[in-house]
Amino acid sequence: MLGLLTSIMRVFEIPMAFLQRILGIKHLAWVFLAPNLILFFLFAFLPVFLNVVYALTGGDQILLRDRAFVGADNFAVLASCDNYLDPNTCQKDLFWRAVHNTGWFIVLQIGFMIGFSLLTALVLNRDIRARGFFRSVFFFPVLLSPVVVALIWKWILQRHGLMNAGLDAMGLEPVLWMLEREWTFFWSVFLSIWAHMGFYTLILLAGLQAIPRDVYEAALMDAATPFRTFSRITLPLLMPTMLVVMVLALIKGVQTFDEVYAFSGGGPGSATTLLIQYVYETGFAGAPRLFGLASAASIMLALVLVVLTGLQLWATRKNADG
Amino acid sequence: MKPTISKMKGALALGALAVSFGAVSTGASAQEVRFMCSSDGNECDTYREIFDKFEAANDDITVLIEDVPYKAILENLPIQLAAGTGPDIAKVTDLGGLSQYYLDLSPYVDGAYWDANFGATQPWYRKSADDAGIYGMHSQLTVTGPFVNLTLFEQAGVEVPGNDADWDTWAAAANQVAKATGVTYPMAMDRSGHRIAGPAISYGAQLFDDNGDAMLVDDAFTAYVEKFVSWHNDGTMARDVWGGSGGSSYQDAKAEFISGDLVYYFSGSWQIQKMSESIGDDFDWKVVGSPCGTGGCTGMPGGAGVVGFEQTEHPEAVAKVLDFLAQQDNYNYLTAKTLNIPAHAGVASAPVDYIDASPAASQALNAFAAQVAGISPIAIKYQGYKHNRAMFNITLQRVSQAIVGELTVEEAMERAKSDLAEAMAATE
Repeated sequence: MLGLLTSIMRVFEIPMAFLQRILGIKHLAWVFLAPNLILFFLFAFLPVFLNVVYALTGGDQILLRDRAFVGADNFAVLASCDNYLDPNTCQKDLFWRAVHNTGWFIVLQIGFMIGFSLLTALVLNRDIRARGFFRSVFFFPVLLSPVVVALIWKWILQRHGLMNAGLDAMGLEPVLWMLEREWTFFWSVFLSIWAHMGFYTLILLAGLQAIPRDVYEAALMDAATPFRTFSRITLPLLMPTMLVVMVLALIKGVQTFDEVYAFSGGGPGSATTLLIQYVYETGFAGAPRLFGLASAASIMLALVLVVLTGLQLWATRKNADG
Repeated sequence: MKPTISKMKGALALGALAVSFGAVSTGASAQEVRFMCSSDGNECDTYREIFDKFEAANDDITVLIEDVPYKAILENLPIQLAAGTGPDIAKVTDLGGLSQYYLDLSPYVDGAYWDANFGATQPWYRKSADDAGIYGMHSQLTVTGPFVNLTLFEQAGVEVPGNDADWDTWAAAANQVAKATGVTYPMAMDRSGHRIAGPAISYGAQLFDDNGDAMLVDDAFTAYVEKFVSWHNDGTMARDVWGGSGGSSYQDAKAEFISGDLVYYFSGSWQIQKMSESIGDDFDWKVVGSPCGTGGCTGMPGGAGVVGFEQTEHPEAVAKVLDFLAQQDNYNYLTAKTLNIPAHAGVASAPVDYIDASPAASQALNAFAAQVAGISPIAIKYQGYKHNRAMFNITLQRVSQAIVGELTVEEAMERAKSDLAEAMAATE
């Protein structure tokens, strides 16, 4: 075996020695990085570059040679609005409805999800009975496919679904959960939290378990109340983990598409149309297929995401620096 | 012993090499044609049966069926074709929208036969009015129209309106029946821009201006949309269908009708097979004529066609497959087995002996077939219009927003006009 390995190494020895002589020892690292860099270029940088190119062109053709250069027109069309708070005054009202929906979705989803995850992690961190079972129960929805999550909740919430059967059994009037805009939006946020909460709970639980026990023992000896212990010890020491959770939840929240699309199709009307669905429908499902507009919308979304992530990272560093 | 083993190894290696070459040469001589197919019922299985016959007669051509969801035909196929990676043949419904990719069969097939039998539907596949090519076999002619639950009418003691009844009469009758029988939905219409077009034309919508350019919104179209929205607001129409979804997603009310929870369902002839299979003896149902308005009593024609694509490496084989499908015996079998209305003039000239069709299904097929002659010329033009899918999607989006109260009908129609102008500009 060793002999075989030595033989293989010898096969590479000659070309590597040759490359080292030509490039020098410092630049030889690029040779080793090349395979990864090529893959990265092909599957990450090139698509981003192409996306930018498409955003600067117009028409409904997919091949670049058939598309006209329109400069920043696609961005201008998307940004054309009298009042950004009222989508009806915007040229692309559906884009701005999607922006509003996504904004509210992120605020509510991240806020409630972190709150519930923290609460769950705190409970699961205590010495309760069947702790392992409950940890699995809360993590289980994370393992489900987004489409399965959407269908489960659709069956529960539809007109003749489980929820209305329950209300009916209690003698109450059924509620059209999936036909009222506000209710559908609420349930979209809810199912998203339900599906992802377990993942963030797990991270926060790891963060909680990393807090040294002796700090709590000292607080106990000082007769600190549970609330004071939580606000002065747990929360500050958990903050770096919380920031990681926030960044992850933000990125995941902005990218939300599949579960909400399968749940409500973006409706009723456009009540649950999120930005990624707008990009998908504009570029692929609609007619004509406006690849340029879809690319421009995705770039605007990416820029917002970069800014928000940057702000959070800055906050993390500031926090770490004390 | 060693030399013997060595010789054996050599012989085996040579044998393997020979087999490989053989396989390669066999593979090179057989032409594989990929057919992207989607089913409402048993279409793809029936195609397979016909292709088995075809392959028996043409051992150098193999037809490989890719059975995909309808959504893939609508959304993935156009992208594949644009990128040059599409199949050789597909069953399509966006007949005009994909015309730029079709293979002209005229060099390979008997043009006179195709003109005589598919002359009426060929314009839907052509790139322009002066194009005379042969591009596709219209495999199923569909007509939109209503299904009625007769048992509910009987239970309610309400008389079924006649063939010349207008939409208001049907709405009143369906409401009466729903109230008397306690079912959830009086009426429902598929969430589709194509489905709402027939009723709008019946109300006098022109859809095209005097120059023949797409217009979509006029006073009559707006009047029908206003009525349609008001029916959703007062509970006449099932809000779950148009008001329960968003974007350009399609939604039907087949399940509600099959479960006996819907009195009047406006859909189309392609549902017959499923209705017949699923309802069985549970209740009586039938197809009635399209309701009338001030502009007539029309449904929308439509359907699917089987086309070859220009980018195929085997144009002759593709044409051969399509020509085989288009032969009267094969087309007749396809129509009879899949319970569809024929678009082949020869097959349509005599009653089709539908295979395994229930009495209700036979009545429904005849009722839809009887409506073909009365289809409005505007509906026929709309079906063949190259950019009709853009118009369908705009209708879908904006009418849905009016139904759920995001926009007023007036705002929705203004948006529809500007959407159409932008869509037309993008396609130029």
